[in-house]
Amino acid sequence: MTADSIYAITMPKWGMAMEEGAVVAWHVEEGAPIAVGEEIVDVESTKAASGIEAKQAGLLRRRIAEVGDVVPVGGLLAIVAGAEISDDAIQEFLASFETATAQSEAVDSQLPRRVAVGDRHLNYVEQGVGEVPIVLLHGFGGNLNSWLFNRPELAARHRVIALDLPGHGESDEKVGAGGAADLAAAVLGIMDALQIGRAHLVGHSMGGAVAIAIAADQPARVRSLTLVASAGLGPEIDGAYISGFLAAKRRKDMKAVIARLFAKEVMVSDRMLEDLIRMKRIDGAETALCRIAESFFPGGRQIDSGLRAALLGSPISYQVIWGREDGVIPWRHADGLANVATLDGAGHMVQMEKPSAVNRLILDFIEPLGGMVEPATPT
Amino acid sequence: MQLNRDDLMKAYRLMRVIRVFEERVRDEFEAGRIPGFVHLYAGQEASAVGVCMHLDDEDYIGSTHRGHGHCIAKGCDATAMMLELFARKDGLCHGKGGSMHIADFDKGMMGANSIVGAAVPLAVGAALAAKTLGKRTVAVPFCGDGGSNQGGVLESLNLASVWKLPVVFVFENNGYAETTAAGWAVSCGDIVNRAPAFGMPGIQVDGFDFFAVHEAAGKAIDRARNGGGPTLIEVKVGRFFGHHEGDSQTYRAKDEVAELRRDHDCLKIFRKKVEGAALLEGEQLNEIDRQAVALVDRAVEVARASDPPEPAALFQNVYVSY
Amino acid sequence: MARILTMRKALSEAFHQVMAEDPTVIMMGEDIAGGMGAPGELDAWGGDLGITKGLIGKFGAHRVLDTPISETAYLGAAVGAATAGLRPIAELMFVDFMGVCFDPLLNQAAKFRYMFGGKTKTPLVIRTQFGAGFRAGAQHSQSLYPLFAHIPGLKCVIPATAYDAKGLMIAAVRDDDPVIFFEHKVMYDEVSDDVPERSYTVPLGEANIVVEGDDVTIVAIGRMVHFAIKAAKQLAKEGISCEIIDPRTISPLDEETILESVERTGRLVIVDEAYPRCGMAADISSIVAEKGFHALRAPIRKVTPPHTPIPFAPELEDLYLPSPEKIVAAVRETVGAAQR
Repeated sequence: MTADSIYAITMPKWGMAMEEGAVVAWHVEEGAPIAVGEEIVDVESTKAASGIEAKQAGLLRRRIAEVGDVVPVGGLLAIVAGAEISDDAIQEFLASFETATAQSEAVDSQLPRRVAVGDRHLNYVEQGVGEVPIVLLHGFGGNLNSWLFNRPELAARHRVIALDLPGHGESDEKVGAGGAADLAAAVLGIMDALQIGRAHLVGHSMGGAVAIAIAADQPARVRSLTLVASAGLGPEIDGAYISGFLAAKRRKDMKAVIARLFAKEVMVSDRMLEDLIRMKRIDGAETALCRIAESFFPGGRQIDSGLRAALLGSPISYQVIWGREDGVIPWRHADGLANVATLDGAGHMVQMEKPSAVNRLILDFIEPLGGMVEPATPT
Repeated sequence: MQLNRDDLMKAYRLMRVIRVFEERVRDEFEAGRIPGFVHLYAGQEASAVGVCMHLDDEDYIGSTHRGHGHCIAKGCDATAMMLELFARKDGLCHGKGGSMHIADFDKGMMGANSIVGAAVPLAVGAALAAKTLGKRTVAVPFCGDGGSNQGGVLESLNLASVWKLPVVFVFENNGYAETTAAGWAVSCGDIVNRAPAFGMPGIQVDGFDFFAVHEAAGKAIDRARNGGGPTLIEVKVGRFFGHHEGDSQTYRAKDEVAELRRDHDCLKIFRKKVEGAALLEGEQLNEIDRQAVALVDRAVEVARASDPPEPAALFQNVYVSY
Repeated sequence: MARILTMRKALSEAFHQVMAEDPTVIMMGEDIAGGMGAPGELDAWGGDLGITKGLIGKFGAHRVLDTPISETAYLGAAVGAATAGLRPIAELMFVDFMGVCFDPLLNQAAKFRYMFGGKTKTPLVIRTQFGAGFRAGAQHSQSLYPLFAHIPGLKCVIPATAYDAKGLMIAAVRDDDPVIFFEHKVMYDEVSDDVPERSYTVPLGEANIVVEGDDVTIVAIGRMVHFAIKAAKQLAKEGISCEIIDPRTISPLDEETILESVERTGRLVIVDEAYPRCGMAADISSIVAEKGFHALRAPIRKVTPPHTPIPFAPELEDLYLPSPEKIVAAVRETVGAAQR
């Protein structure tokens, strides 16, 4: 049998800074069968933690790394192959395996950049090539790393831009009145600055509301909408998440708040919490976030600014993705909308909890709409 | 500054209030109604008033442990002061400071200071703030002959000259640092002799003569206000009481105080001058005397009837926020 | 995005930012620019270790003041100026020099708000170098912050990272109380980490849990935080999980974080390079012994220098100071001495 039938599961690279990760927990015993999409192992870097899903079916022939092992990006974690592959073939494969350093170099274009948009500077990261870019919009309290597990796969086939909305991440604190219109203006400003005519907008939570607002206001700029656990589609929101995020001064307070976003607690890393606390300490950050919260979620409920109606009345193609265990915005807000996919075992941060599935849904939705460049390397 | 009738009456009033205040404090202290220590200013009134007549609320003064006179001359309320000495919650410092730490920043009074010479660097700092912020205010630290030998004070003289700050250093030489004679402790004899060593002009004045003090202070304060830098004024005065109340004063000559009161009472000297030149009448001055007594009587009455601070005050105002 | 700065650069950035945003902020100290009145270059040094270089050029001599060697006068002036509308940052070049100028801090700045009934505030920062390791000898290597923490009315801050140094300095300047800011002379260049470019604050009075762990709480101050991190890595190999707490501010002290940690781990080791008698290690021990006794499973251990002045000879200075090895030994003892 050829080596093609032997698949290596390797340490992924999440974000520019990641050089290694640690194995946290195995979910499959050596020798057991695995299906596509099944979670095999949980790993964590300093910034993030996630499960790795199987991309191929077969048997988990070897578990190479053990719990607690620190493995460099590209390093071998496990081997998957069919029962018919001999042990010798596996041995040979192991012997000749080299860490895919070339792969990690290729994604080094992930350096974030700042661009002037009007009187403020916005932070963004750009990867990949393509005619109609995908623009990723994070939610309240998030930043461009909300898409850490999505960017690599999407950028393999498209030009991808992930940005920090005003008042978030490394972008300036100027948020105007802090409403959807202001944030939409910022996104359009970046699109102008990067000379993007039309884009596939993918918006998560509050970012989804911003995406709908852009589509309503400037439909010519939007090729499609992917709304991930989006705001703007119903009145309910977990007010305690919003107020808790605003009030949190220390990592331990933030931990309880961020835990509300995920179905599985293991997703929240210390470094992620520290980064959020540090972001909030920047001059003007808390004021900006308060203003945004007041605009989008006054009194702990979503403001009704007609976005749902605008979406339903819009000619633009859209799809809706939600985690069924979302405790922040109920997935039921998707009722009555078109192209809805709900995923089990995922909370509000569905794009981080089920990245493969979400990436698949995005690619499958936008590619038939055209404008995709043939990838340079086979997938 | 030419003194008109109102100014003269104000000057006399301030000096008389200080005199009456201090003598009354002496009585109340002796009766056991004022806790801690008091250091009385009686006899030195012309110094504080002669200088402070040129200052307004925006200007700063720093004072010593013998600070009641400076406080009154700078415009602090006599009743609030008495309340503070009586350790009442409505005192100028809410009963937290007492005689030696009495202050009112609203009136530019940066505080009496129980650390000898400590107010001098502080006042230099106020002058630095004024200059940095582009204001025309001046800072006038008062210091005694004892304090004139303190390291920080000598450093401050140098610093004020080097930075050319709007400071007027007023050394009230009453002849004694506690029990030690200034003549012995000040190596160069007169404090004014130190001025050239620190790059500034020096003037020595008769501190029993309000007009002499007033004139010298006016020149120095104008000079500072107009960016001319610091001046050192040595005011030769004498104190009618001991270093602190309870001081037996055995270090003084037998008739020294009696002689001071007879021949060098600045209030008598002032009266003689203004009455002699028909600037004011005796009866006007007598009326001021009566009003001063009434003012101080009232202050003591209020103080005696007022409440001490609440226990919670113990923990208040350690910090702005902690 | 990571922007790695040394503590030196982080502090310099803090000064530039606070001085740019607030015209009442001034700096003073001996040779903080350098060359005053001399025929050669102005800003010759920018501070004896170059921390304040570039400021006089940008903000002018009326806001960056070199002083004669007159600590009592200029620190006293800084205190007075703070009550009169400025927000001075005054440098006491070495904390060892506090002997010549303690009064303005001890009896004046610390007590104004209290003595004057809350009617004035003293928004002052005194920054001063401390710490051993440069073979500078007994009079230039001390860590005298316990003497300041002892005084009610003063706040005391000791950053251990470049990130904390910038954030705490900006917070200290904006604080309305007198803050004594302690900068470890070795850490200026030995320590570097991720520092945001924009202005930000780290709150005073809040400890940082540097590393989370289960078996022992290590409270470490200043440079000792980094020694503790090294020790913890070694101890992890031995299966001992250490929680490291950096108080960051020693007055006010974040007792809650320390007590909460000891509640979980049951063991406490305190690492401080200040003299052992009446110091922070003794103070924290006493707090935990009093309020956390029920949680303790072993006696509290302190890792400090001995009760001697600081020697000059490199071998002796190295022997004098705490070290990762000494911390490892103390932790092993504490863990091995579990009573329950």
